[in-house]
Formats: sequence, structure tokens, C-alpha cells
Amino acid sequence: MLGPNLFANYGEAVAIILFGIGFSNLLLQKNLIKKIIGLNIMDTAVYLYLAEKGYIDGRVAPIVTNGVQEVGAYINPVPSGLVLTGIVVSVSVTALMLSLTIRLYRRYHTLDLDEISTRLKKEGL
Amino acid sequence: MKRKDNAFFRWFFGETDTMLGRVEMRPQQEYTETASDIREVMQDSLTQDQTGDEEDFVLIRVFHRLYRVAAVFFCVALIAVLLINVSWLPKNGGADNPVNNEVSARYIESGLQETGAVNIVTGMILDYRAFDTFGESNVLFIATVTVLILLRLDKEKKAPAKKGMPVYQRPKDELTIAQAQSRDRIYEPKNNVILQVVAGFLVPILFIFGIYVILNGHLSPGGGFSGGAIIGAGLILYLNAFGFEKTERFFTEKTYKWVSFFSLTFYCLAKSYSFFTGANHLESGIPLGTPGAILSSGLILPLNICVGLVVACTMYAFYALFRKGGF
Amino acid sequence: MDIFTYILMGFLVVCAISVTFSKKLLNSILIFMSYSLVMSVIWMLLESPDLAITEAAVGAGVTSVLFFVTLKKINAMMGEDGNDEKKG
Repeated sequence: MLGPNLFANYGEAVAIILFGIGFSNLLLQKNLIKKIIGLNIMDTAVYLYLAEKGYIDGRVAPIVTNGVQEVGAYINPVPSGLVLTGIVVSVSVTALMLSLTIRLYRRYHTLDLDEISTRLKKEGL
Repeated sequence: MKRKDNAFFRWFFGETDTMLGRVEMRPQQEYTETASDIREVMQDSLTQDQTGDEEDFVLIRVFHRLYRVAAVFFCVALIAVLLINVSWLPKNGGADNPVNNEVSARYIESGLQETGAVNIVTGMILDYRAFDTFGESNVLFIATVTVLILLRLDKEKKAPAKKGMPVYQRPKDELTIAQAQSRDRIYEPKNNVILQVVAGFLVPILFIFGIYVILNGHLSPGGGFSGGAIIGAGLILYLNAFGFEKTERFFTEKTYKWVSFFSLTFYCLAKSYSFFTGANHLESGIPLGTPGAILSSGLILPLNICVGLVVACTMYAFYALFRKGGF
Repeated sequence: MDIFTYILMGFLVVCAISVTFSKKLLNSILIFMSYSLVMSVIWMLLESPDLAITEAAVGAGVTSVLFFVTLKKINAMMGEDGNDEKKG
């Protein structure tokens, strides 16, 4: 069942655990702001997983030094580029969700999602 | 257990919160009941009378319990399955993992000659995959526009609620910008000397560091995104220390509009030209320069500046929209 | 160096769990801020300095500031309603 490399891949394992924690936050919390924090934790978990996949032991960051251009000298630059775009998009997603939260609070005077949905039902929407 | 009476223990046992007690300092207000409040309370009690069978409540409670159990079970199962997956992956950090294939080899081996950028990551995201980054800048712009739609406040008061208007259309909660501004300043220490002196030291350093990170994006770690975020953070600090009157002298809605417009248009046109000539094997006429010099690597430096401007404006715009509902 | 990485990874997990269980919203936002900061150190250790700079500026800086402003807005509105006891 368990493979041989669980402890060698501890970085990926931590990323998976963080993903699970963030997801359970998203499912179980009633507070909207805590839900958003959970989503952010899921984001960073995915980025951590990608960055761990690109890491190679004993090599340095992909910035050409002294004209060395062998493959054996640098880590994989592709995950870094992917994650770099992801981080900035996650900020805009967070800002969007927070502004929606402010609007919901202005309308319903609560952050509890259950209460908001019951009031929505009462109003017939 | 006998508790010792000092600040740390009081904080530790949660009797006083050292932070929360002082963050929201505001003067005591008299509670006045307005007509709309009374109307809302009455409506609430009316709707509560109409709904709410005993049976419904039991069902809802059972559903909630089931939902929580199922959610915990699902999360644990997800973590377990993914951990088993991870345990069968090849060892982390191995050079011959299937992730490290010919794509990354190509980027590393010929990135410097083809893009002229010493930092391979910057060369990748601003030359090989430049349209991806362009889409991302547009995502930032669209996010700002959406936040503007959601949080914008009007300059003047809206017309009062009409009689037959549904509850959700009444403009009861909408403030004008001036009201929001005056209300915003109540909850905040005005003209805090410590904050102003520290900001006077820090803001120029933050700006210079941000500009350095943007301009050296192709030579060292960093680039448009990080440098733009640093400059945005500097703007936010400046705004916090000196208020909206100072920042509105150089940054208004108009500034945001034109800066975003010119940056995105320049990015689009420059990269379209470069991709068009590259795909048709034409001479683009963009010099790559000597690698390592600051004026090198063709279009990467101007594109970095464009991205940095968009990101800085976006960060500041988010903050200003959250604070005041306009900028 | 390995032990340092272990400690940081453990800190990440502890932070993520304590965000779930902290009672006050301000505390959970502060914990999330420190989580982002530790994440940027981990990226430095994973040889991705680009990500480290971006995460330190964006994740620990701007995102947390946005959370703080949201909390402030909500607390201000809560004060207007006159039900201060329903914090968090």
C-alpha cells in the first residue's frame, strides 16, 4: 500500500497535508473570512508542491553565473515561472472574495454563511 | 491552579487581548433607532413567524451533523489517498526525475542566447511565455474593475427608497464618498507622529528598492510582479501615514486608468510585434545587447516596467477601494 | 540544513491548524501572515528566490493588509449596529 518514498518526499507530504487542512477549513468553517484564509492555504499548498517538484539536490537557482549553461548546474525553472504567475493571481482572487464579503456584510450584518443562506431563503431569492 | 497576576498570564489565559482592545478605538455613540431599523426588525419577526416548522429544524440539524461528519471523512480520505500517491513518487531532488525533461533543459541551455536574460525564470515568463503574463496582467486589471463595481460609492446621495421597492434594492446602506471618508477617519488615529516619521524614512527606501527590483528583473531575482508589489506596499504605507489628501495629488482614478491603459497596450503591441516577426522568421530589429548589462535582453526590460506599473497600481487601487470606496 | 527545513515545515502545519481553531479573526489573520512569511523562507531554501521575494511582498504584505482592512470595515459596521458582542 504505502510506497517506499514517503519520508524522502516530506515536502510534498507537507504540501498535501496543508491542502487537506485548507480544504477542511473551506468545508467546515462558517465564517466567511476563515473560509477565504482556507482557500489561501490551499493555494500556497499547491505552490509548495510545484516548487518541491522542481527542486534538484545540490543545484542552484536558475540565474546564469559565470557563463555556466549546463543543465546539470541549475534547478528546473518551469515550476518557478508557473508559481510566480499563480501567486499574483491568488492576490486578486483574495481581493475579489473579500470585497464580496464586505458587500454581504453590508447587506446581512453577519459573516455566518448559514445565517446568510437562511435569510436568503426567507426573502425568497 | 493559582494564576499569577501579570500581563503575560492575563494574555495567556485570554482574559485581555493586548491587540484587540486597542485596535478599534472609537468614541461612544448614542444609540438612536431610525425608521428603517424598526422596519427591518419588524420584517424579521414577521418572516420568522412565517417560517420555521419543528420538523424542518430537526432535518436541518441532522443535515448539519451529517455534513460535518462527511466533510471530515472526505478530507481525511483525500489526504490519505494523496499521501499514498506521494509515497510512490520518485525521490524528491533526483536529477533524473521525469519532471526534469527536455523542456527545462532547453530553457537553461539556450535561454541566455535567445532572450538575453541572465535570470532564466524572467526570460521564460516574459519572452517564451509572454502572452501568459499578459493574460495575467489583464486578470489583475479585471479584478480591480470587479472590486470597483462591488465597492464603489457614489459621489452624491442616491434617490430615497420608493414604496414598492424590494428589500434588497433599497439604497439604505450606501454611503457617499465624503461620508465614508469622515467615518473612515473616526476609527483611526489621525496624523500619528510615529507613523509619519517612520513612513518618511521607509517610503523612499521602499520605492527605490521596488524600482531596483523591477529594473534588475532580468539580472537578479525579482521582476515586475515583486517590484510592483513592493511599490504598491510603499504607496499603501504612505496613504496610511498621510491620508488621502496627500495621495490624491498624484494618484487618482484618472492616473490609474491611463497607467493601466498604456502599460497593457504597450505590452500587447510590443509582444505581438515580436511574436509576429519571430514566427515569420523576420528581422525584428530589437537588440539583445550584452548579457549582464542593464540595457540588454531586448523587450524584457520595458515589459517588466509595464507589469510593475500595473501591479503597483492594482495593489494601491485594491487598498483604496477597500478603505474608501473610490480613489 | 535538513533540520531547519523540518522545523519550518512543522511550523507551517501548526500555523494552518491554529488558523482553524483560533477564536478571534484578528488572531487567525496574524497567524496566516506568519504562515506566508515562513513560506517565503521555505522558497528561499528551495532555490527559488523569485518566488521568495514575490511571496514576501504579496502574500505576507498586501494580502494581510487587505484582510486587515476588511476586518476593520466589518468591525466599524458592527459598531454601527450596536451589537459589539458578536465579534469573530
